[in-house]
Amino acid sequence: MTANAPNSTAPKTLGADKLYVRVSAISSLNALVTRFEFQRVDGVNFPPFSGGAHTVVEMMDGEKKRLNPYSLMSDPTDLRTYAISVRRDDQGRGGSLFMHRKVKVGDEMVLSYPMNLFALDLRARKHLFVAGGIGITPFLAQIKQLEATGGNWELHYSCRSPDLGSYVDELTGHYPHSTTIYYDDEKQFIDLDNLLDGQPVGTHLYVCGPKGMIDWVRNTATASGWPLAHVHHEEFLAPQPGKPFAVRLNKSGLTLEVGAHESLLEAIERLGVDAPYLCRGGACGQCETDVLDSDGTFLHRDHWLEDDEKNSGEKIMPCVSRFEGKTLVLNR
Amino acid sequence: MSTFQFPPSIRSRPVYGILEPRPGKVHLMIADAEGAAAFIDLAFRAPELVAKAHVIYIPKSTDFAAALHALNPAQYYEGPSYSAAVSRIKRVLSDASMDLQIYLAGTEGLIGQALNEAMQAGYDYTAIQTEHRGSVARRMQCVHCKGITEDVTTDPFQCSHCGLNLFVRDHYSRRLAAFQGVCIDAEKPGSVPPFKELYS
Repeated sequence: MTANAPNSTAPKTLGADKLYVRVSAISSLNALVTRFEFQRVDGVNFPPFSGGAHTVVEMMDGEKKRLNPYSLMSDPTDLRTYAISVRRDDQGRGGSLFMHRKVKVGDEMVLSYPMNLFALDLRARKHLFVAGGIGITPFLAQIKQLEATGGNWELHYSCRSPDLGSYVDELTGHYPHSTTIYYDDEKQFIDLDNLLDGQPVGTHLYVCGPKGMIDWVRNTATASGWPLAHVHHEEFLAPQPGKPFAVRLNKSGLTLEVGAHESLLEAIERLGVDAPYLCRGGACGQCETDVLDSDGTFLHRDHWLEDDEKNSGEKIMPCVSRFEGKTLVLNR
Repeated sequence: MSTFQFPPSIRSRPVYGILEPRPGKVHLMIADAEGAAAFIDLAFRAPELVAKAHVIYIPKSTDFAAALHALNPAQYYEGPSYSAAVSRIKRVLSDASMDLQIYLAGTEGLIGQALNEAMQAGYDYTAIQTEHRGSVARRMQCVHCKGITEDVTTDPFQCSHCGLNLFVRDHYSRRLAAFQGVCIDAEKPGSVPPFKELYS
């Protein structure tokens, strides 16, 4: 069996293929961030991935199945192990708390095949990375990929404090001339105008971090003339809670109630309907679903649909978007 | 007529827009012939660009040069041919930073070749604005001998290198900045339809 051969016993789904893994190591990096390492149960190597790829981790939390995307931050040239780093979010929906509190070394878990929505543009003459907090994770894999292939890169990494600076020591130790660290609580901030000024033609800019940082970097770059084709960002949206609403699934002949704290996609899956997905964060477009009939208001939260599609009332991204109103019928 | 509406074609065929002002520290404007009029229109809409503009212009046999020069751009170069201008274009691109804005206007041959230089410098081609003006003549590659013929105005045409009769395709190579010409009488040598003007 090769590393890429599909596991014939695995259930076939419309979503990504699955990887059956065992937790091989857990390391606490600081008060908020913990690294989890996985090896395959069948002992073979993982499928190859490129820097910036993520995997969707399935968590069996009692009766509830949680599916959260995390960037792979291990070395793309070492396929014995996949690693993710999880920041604990006490106000979140519970996925990160489950990882921090329930997952133990030796546990068996299920991961999706890797999927890259934040790939390096390999035509770039220079890769300029801007990271905020846990947004460092995709860059860790990209930096290893570029180090292995002789790429030209530079990292500007902003963290709250030295205590919460995940991987700062590793980065400044290995790459002291390519890495600049900024600590919020020491009043150190990225001088973005100055940083963008004079970057040579062929530079690609990548940003991963809080939404405010992504908007700031994209807007500043665009205002100084950078084409958006050279500005890349990754932002996973967590589904937001909202009012419960009813949905009819036309093809499946089912009617269901989406709860306040679950997404439309999760509710569809709860009923056993096999709906497509990849990122579960409103970015990839895989779960795009046709609306057959509606009477109410769409709460579109994705980055995928164009504005005219959002206004048309004919499409919805069930991973992050919701609905308020009387009738919603989906072609699912 | 200086503007031409190309009929819809295969995806390979380049499409052109209308130049619009965008932010940038330096505005590199490369044009030939009637392409000058596109810059004059742009300068009329956004006069503030002119003081930051580097204009590289190949007049061919038109008389736009004086009006273009009169805009008083930060730098102005006028050359007899694209080959004469290309070393300057390469130098400007190699010294440039990401706050450079590139505008190309004129014939398809000029736009394609300058776009190719910008791509080789590391600039994404989707970020480069182009506006077609003037002649619909094409830069063609003979797919048999690989020779390139500039300013092809008829279909079919005779390869200026190997002499084959070539069918003018809309199949375009961004890498070569040229349309592809394929032998039209390979099956029956000599059976060549009459040459007619492109888009006539």
